[in-house]
Amino acid sequence: MLSEFLQFMMSGLTVGAVYALVALGFTIIYNASGVVNFAQGEFVMIGGMATVFGVAAGLPLPLAGLIAIVGAVAVGLLLHRLAIEPARGASPVVLIIITIGGAFVIRGLAQLVFDKQFHKLPGFSGEAPVSILGASVVPQTFWVIGGAAIIVLLITVFFERTAMGKAVLATAANRLAAQLVGINVSVVMALSFALSAAIGALAGLLVTPITLTSYDVGTMLALKGFAAVVLGGLGSPLGAVAGGLILGLCEAFAAGYLSSTYKDAVAFLAMIGVLLIMPNGLFGAPSAERV
Amino acid sequence: MAHRLAQLAALTLLIIAIGLVLPSGYYYRVGALVFISAIAVVGLNLLLGYAGQVSLGHAGFVGIGAYAVAVLPARYGLPTLAALLLGAVFCCLLALVIGRPILRLKGHFLAVATLGFGVLVALVLNNEVTWTGGPDGMAVKRLELFGERIRSPQNWYWIAGATLVLGMAIAQNLLDSPTGRALRALHDSEIAARVAGVDIARAKLIVFAVSAVYASVAGSYLALLNGHITPDSAGFLHSVELVTMVVLGGMGSLAGSLVGAAVLVILPQVLTSFHEYEHLMLGIIIIGIMIFLRDGIVPTLLRRLTEKA
Repeated sequence: MLSEFLQFMMSGLTVGAVYALVALGFTIIYNASGVVNFAQGEFVMIGGMATVFGVAAGLPLPLAGLIAIVGAVAVGLLLHRLAIEPARGASPVVLIIITIGGAFVIRGLAQLVFDKQFHKLPGFSGEAPVSILGASVVPQTFWVIGGAAIIVLLITVFFERTAMGKAVLATAANRLAAQLVGINVSVVMALSFALSAAIGALAGLLVTPITLTSYDVGTMLALKGFAAVVLGGLGSPLGAVAGGLILGLCEAFAAGYLSSTYKDAVAFLAMIGVLLIMPNGLFGAPSAERV
Repeated sequence: MAHRLAQLAALTLLIIAIGLVLPSGYYYRVGALVFISAIAVVGLNLLLGYAGQVSLGHAGFVGIGAYAVAVLPARYGLPTLAALLLGAVFCCLLALVIGRPILRLKGHFLAVATLGFGVLVALVLNNEVTWTGGPDGMAVKRLELFGERIRSPQNWYWIAGATLVLGMAIAQNLLDSPTGRALRALHDSEIAARVAGVDIARAKLIVFAVSAVYASVAGSYLALLNGHITPDSAGFLHSVELVTMVVLGGMGSLAGSLVGAAVLVILPQVLTSFHEYEHLMLGIIIIGIMIFLRDGIVPTLLRRLTEKA
């Protein structure tokens, strides 16, 4: 009974940690630029796929992972420079369509540079499951959950303790005012794309030993990440992480106790239910419209 | 009024002119697909372009319409036309029921709630294998009219074209009605519209239900044209495709709905010859159009034409 519960909880936390990282990436870009970036899942794909191909080419895992993250950051910066920056001032829906176009481009390139097969990485600390109170857990789970926790912590420190982080927050609060006090807003925006690409790629790197990866895993992740962001209340990093974890846990418990085919249905129903009671998400501030 | 009739006449002439010169069944099929997509896109444009309400789950209604003409005749022996009507009525009722709570949400919150709806429909279609055939989909019994089985792409070209003209006419009428004015008012500012006495909840609900019916009819046609249907028709990617068609063509432009549908249906057909690069080129073209014609193809070009004149 307890072991079963623990088992579901661990798998929920693992998936939830990945959703949380994707959602955190969404939030960083959204706060800095007002763009909902549907190419966020592609960064996770790059992180996984590039590491797989790096390892296959004979590189040691840490080096391959590092190259994958740098690659994702480069892609994030290019996405911002070539697709988002030229469309500055366009309506939110147009910007969403542009990021979807960007996701197509990245996926198309991945198909050419990598391939269309599914790939797996070996677990960082082996594959032998550990038993915790009767639940058997692969060691990679701890890498994912621990890694996600460290990333969230670092991001929090970055926003609260560094001048650059505060510049991002200032830009999020009021772009014009930030510009007036001398913050270079376009550097902040580029930085937010780079940061969120790095977080996405790290998530991909951490989770690939558990979930496999292929050139088209990005779509579903972007969808779940977006759902998590909105569930948590758009714009709140804490909310994004909470939203991701809740979504992951909902899915895992639904899969375990109810029906594995309808686990996504339970997650989305729960999310819609929350939104109907709290229309601004769990941690979102009520919005006011100026007429 | 004269302007509206001129638009409809132009559309009718265009459909007839193209229909008379197309060289082969393949082209008629592509033409029919353009019109069928355009029907769904006109409906979605009413919701997204005119009323400013985002739906990322509209393919859910397309899927329901498609499976209505697939499942009801095959499992219950219903005539296809009756199944098509039932599908549309069901979508309308469903939209009224879920629309009431969901449409109170705004912006990205509404987007996610509708996205959830679309995902739920696709999940049911994928998993209720005994009814829907699961992920492989199911065969669709062809439409029979006046004792004839309608299966040639030519026939579907004309049927879809005529329905599109009818759909455009209904949309024009709706936009000129008090509901249409209410929609435009709430597009600009919901609060201002409410203060001015517009029943915004009712206006939103009406347009949501209308757009659901358009999507359902388009889905039924799609299933009948192809003779086979899979749950992908209800999937997230199809919802995104519909929204992209609206935005590419031009939000708040009925003519743009046809243009957007034409671009996104024809382009992949052209790009299949570059099959390795299909995704890549499609993405680049979408980004390019959105950067250089950011209000959509039709409104931006119209503005440039009138500026020059």
